[in-house]
Amino acid sequence: MPEQPLVVLAGVNKWFGDLHVLRDIDLSVERGEVVVVIGPSGSGKSTLCRAINRLEPVQEGTITIDGVPLPEEGKELARLRADVGMVFQSFNLFAHKTVLDNVTLGPRKVRKRSKADAEALGMQLLERVGIANKARAYPAELSGGQQQRVAIARALAMEPKVLLFDEPTSALDPEMIKEVLDVMLELAREDGTTMVVVTHEMGFAKSAARRVVFMDEGRIVEIAPPDRFFSHPESERARDFLSKILAH
Amino acid sequence: MRTTVVLTLTSFAAAMVVGTVVAAFRVSPVPPLRAAGAVWVQMLRNTPLTVLLLLFVFGFTKIGLQYSFEVSSVIVFGAYTSAFVAETVRSGINAVARGQAEAARAVGLTFPQILGIVVLPQAFRTVVAPLGNIFIALTKNTSIAAIISVLELTEVADRLNNATARPIPVFLGAAVAYLVLTLPSGFAFGWLERKVAIRR
Repeated sequence: MPEQPLVVLAGVNKWFGDLHVLRDIDLSVERGEVVVVIGPSGSGKSTLCRAINRLEPVQEGTITIDGVPLPEEGKELARLRADVGMVFQSFNLFAHKTVLDNVTLGPRKVRKRSKADAEALGMQLLERVGIANKARAYPAELSGGQQQRVAIARALAMEPKVLLFDEPTSALDPEMIKEVLDVMLELAREDGTTMVVVTHEMGFAKSAARRVVFMDEGRIVEIAPPDRFFSHPESERARDFLSKILAH
Repeated sequence: MRTTVVLTLTSFAAAMVVGTVVAAFRVSPVPPLRAAGAVWVQMLRNTPLTVLLLLFVFGFTKIGLQYSFEVSSVIVFGAYTSAFVAETVRSGINAVARGQAEAARAVGLTFPQILGIVVLPQAFRTVVAPLGNIFIALTKNTSIAAIISVLELTEVADRLNNATARPIPVFLGAAVAYLVLTLPSGFAFGWLERKVAIRR
């Protein structure tokens, strides 16, 4: 029997008031797969990403993580969210906690690991994202790129089944984008982490994605491997989008 | 003066605890809790403190709630002030960036954990100054306990005046005594505000 996909969205629809932001979304993400979601702003790609751990509830359709449908807000959902790591555009590190406390909070309060145990794990992860020397610093003392790497370590500390990235480099200065993408690339290639990445970084899509999902006006317009998508996009809309962003 | 200090500190402690719980009710995802919190705040902050105190001391004894005048004062001052604390803490909660709670949800924290570990610690830091205002207002409000003869600063001054018939030095002295309490409180809250400020 083939393994079931890790994340499955089926017939998902969402409205913000009258605005239909997700239209009939069907998408499966396999274990170990990196799916990159691209599209013009307002296409619903961020909302799609946020719907996967129910930061945005949807009105229609089902979303299942590892075979479990997303429950209503409450303890069940909190437990499920612990298995879904998320990295935000604006980092969202806990402003009143040190870097290390940011990373160990989840393992201690949700996984109930001991302080020493959580800190050992935390330091190991900070080491891995190259920021262990800032363990005692506060988020505001770090550059954007450093903060985002801490945010990735915080997500990894939960040992999630899948990692969601909601435009992780969109708030960064150009020279900091690379340090964050490098960490993400390593996760994708060497660790086989299952990732859903919403981004405008076409280079990352080309080198890390197994599949590219192109969205427009709340719909998934096209799903294809990156080499095919970037060289021979099937839809008119994707061709138009690519011509605009690759013009320079 | 000692009674005034004790009244103020115990009432403020009670108001902080109750006010924080009520603020948590008001931002809770459970509608009945939100409604209960709103009713508490609106009832208490829109009623004169003097009326509340007289109602509690003379009215509630009829339904079996009887405490000493001192304890009654603490209960009424605490409840009344809790409404203002609740609104202040709530505004602090609303001032915490949305992303903080979202990140906490994404990590898998439950609503009480998010509030207790992530949101409230940041909310309190932003409302130290208005809480200082509330504390100072409360210090002065304890003078209302004089109407039920609790021997606090104002009542002592009143009795002194009755005995000496020298209202100017007596009540000026009382005013200065309140200043001695409230001015350092203001400085203490200012110091606390700088100490706990989060670098952003």
